[in-house]
Amino acid sequence: MMSFKDLFESYSWDQVKESIYSKTKTDVENALNTSKRTLEDFKALISPVAAGYLEPMAQLSQKLTQKRFGKTIQLYIPLYLSNECTNICTYCGFSLDNKVRRKTLTEEEILREVAVIKSLGYEHVLLVTGEANQTVHVEYFKKVLQLIRPYFAQVSMEVQPLDTEEYTELIPLGLTSVLIYQETYHKEDYKKHHPKGKKANFNYRLETPDRLGQAGIHKMGLGVLIGLEDWRTDSFFTALHLNYLEKTYWQTRYSLSFPRLRPFSGGLEPKVEMNDRELVQLICAYRLFNEEVEISLSTRESEKFRNHCVQLGITSISAGSKTNPGGYAVEPESLEQFEISDERSPKVIAEMIKSKGYEPVWKDWDRVMQC
Amino acid sequence: MLKIADKEFSSRLFTGTGKFSSSQLMEDALVASASELVTVALRRVDVTSQEDDILLHLKHPKINLLPNTSGVRNAKEAVFAAQLAREALETNWIKLEIHPDPKYLMPDPIETLRATEELAKLGFVILPYIHADPVLCKRLENAGASAVMPLGSPIGSNKGLKTLDFLEIIIEQSKIPVIVDAGIGSPSHAAQAMEIGADAVLVNTAIAVAGDPVQMAIAFKLAVEAGRMAYHARLAKQGNFAVASSPLTAFLDDEF
Repeated sequence: MMSFKDLFESYSWDQVKESIYSKTKTDVENALNTSKRTLEDFKALISPVAAGYLEPMAQLSQKLTQKRFGKTIQLYIPLYLSNECTNICTYCGFSLDNKVRRKTLTEEEILREVAVIKSLGYEHVLLVTGEANQTVHVEYFKKVLQLIRPYFAQVSMEVQPLDTEEYTELIPLGLTSVLIYQETYHKEDYKKHHPKGKKANFNYRLETPDRLGQAGIHKMGLGVLIGLEDWRTDSFFTALHLNYLEKTYWQTRYSLSFPRLRPFSGGLEPKVEMNDRELVQLICAYRLFNEEVEISLSTRESEKFRNHCVQLGITSISAGSKTNPGGYAVEPESLEQFEISDERSPKVIAEMIKSKGYEPVWKDWDRVMQC
Repeated sequence: MLKIADKEFSSRLFTGTGKFSSSQLMEDALVASASELVTVALRRVDVTSQEDDILLHLKHPKINLLPNTSGVRNAKEAVFAAQLAREALETNWIKLEIHPDPKYLMPDPIETLRATEELAKLGFVILPYIHADPVLCKRLENAGASAVMPLGSPIGSNKGLKTLDFLEIIIEQSKIPVIVDAGIGSPSHAAQAMEIGADAVLVNTAIAVAGDPVQMAIAFKLAVEAGRMAYHARLAKQGNFAVASSPLTAFLDDEF
């Protein structure tokens, strides 16, 4: 069976990188002036020379986003279930070699967390864990989904990659979407950042979206961790992946996210810095390349940056997030996966969205859609 | 007056509730449009709550709710959603939307026909959103649909009546009302749909995302009325029969 791996292996990182960096002003102008944009156009839009076209890109991005999504921004919140992890990842606070107290929430604790999240008004929750297959396995996820389904209209998951059969078992229990970030498409660098644990297997991770598509997931999220490698080249491969998936699993919706590496206790300094201008360029380039993809922005980003991005092309935003298991009610003081930057409450964020002329959307799915 | 199932409408402009920058603005625009049938996505509202913001803003004596099934991917899910809508919103009207393709939101003709057959048995008033396919429209009519809602162009695209030739065939053949849904991006598009004889149009994005949604709603109201009036007044035939300077048939008048 054909998977993205076959397509991916027909590309060379270095050639792609060189091609992006050699794009000219004419390439960017052509990309701006066409209505259906190709991967070559996308390369031009993320190239260094496109930085000079940021304002027209932003104007176009806003227009296209409003046409598809209207003047709305969706809200979601992460619920960290566990920080147990058998992987070593050089950039993550939950890495096996990081000395933190490990915790996996019990059912009773999950309900206490859910009560706080519900009191904030949320209908869309994102379940997050590390990778600890002995304790946080598919049976655990099944229990959690059954436990929380009555409380939420939409449940997403950002956990270890699973097998097709496992996804097939979880979807009918109310799993709507799965986020699976490749971290980097640079294979050698990936190995450096993931020296130990199941996550060290680059190909298994790379083929996870294929397995999700085969299982019939409603929505999946892609992305890379920005700071590990050249962000332009990594973003090209994300776009290539998205393009492939849309054609292959045409019944699935897609979302993108681009977390920038944030400091954590004992953590790694980013190899490559991406400034705010560049992140705006990337958001707009994705929107111009794909009018339908959802784009989300987490609390890793600053207040000011998030305030402005609401109008630029993103479609969903988190607020009031805690990145430690038990962070909402059970153990608010435990160590977080990463420091969040925008600490405003969901209520304040919703007001900010309204002040920008947008409607904060808490609910855009229903249990009834999945039966 | 337009009649669908047992309900009469004095406005031929139907509207949607998505994409507005606030529920208040949505209400203002819909009231200004004088629309009497307003579609609302089940996925966006909390039907179990008496305080759902969208639903509260739609409580108007003239506004009839048309719940839609946007988000479902097959007939089974659509029937389930329709039943929930009927129970919670106390209406047996349903806008049947089955688009398994979340990118272009193209309606699935096979699942839509199946769901229509099923929902007709359950006593629903069914308005299916479909491609501008004349045969499918007849099949849906036979299956018990109360109107058909063919698309003018891809939903949300604002591109106008790209399917014009097929819409004309559908309108000519249909025994049930034809509502042009999706793709209507400007009042002139709406007027054109009405001029060719559509019974109504459904407009959402073009109003919701306009610079001034309330003014745009009024513009659409007027365009729909003008288009309908033009349809009744019968448009002058296009094209003219110019007299050529060297007529081909003039020789017939020659004296031989």
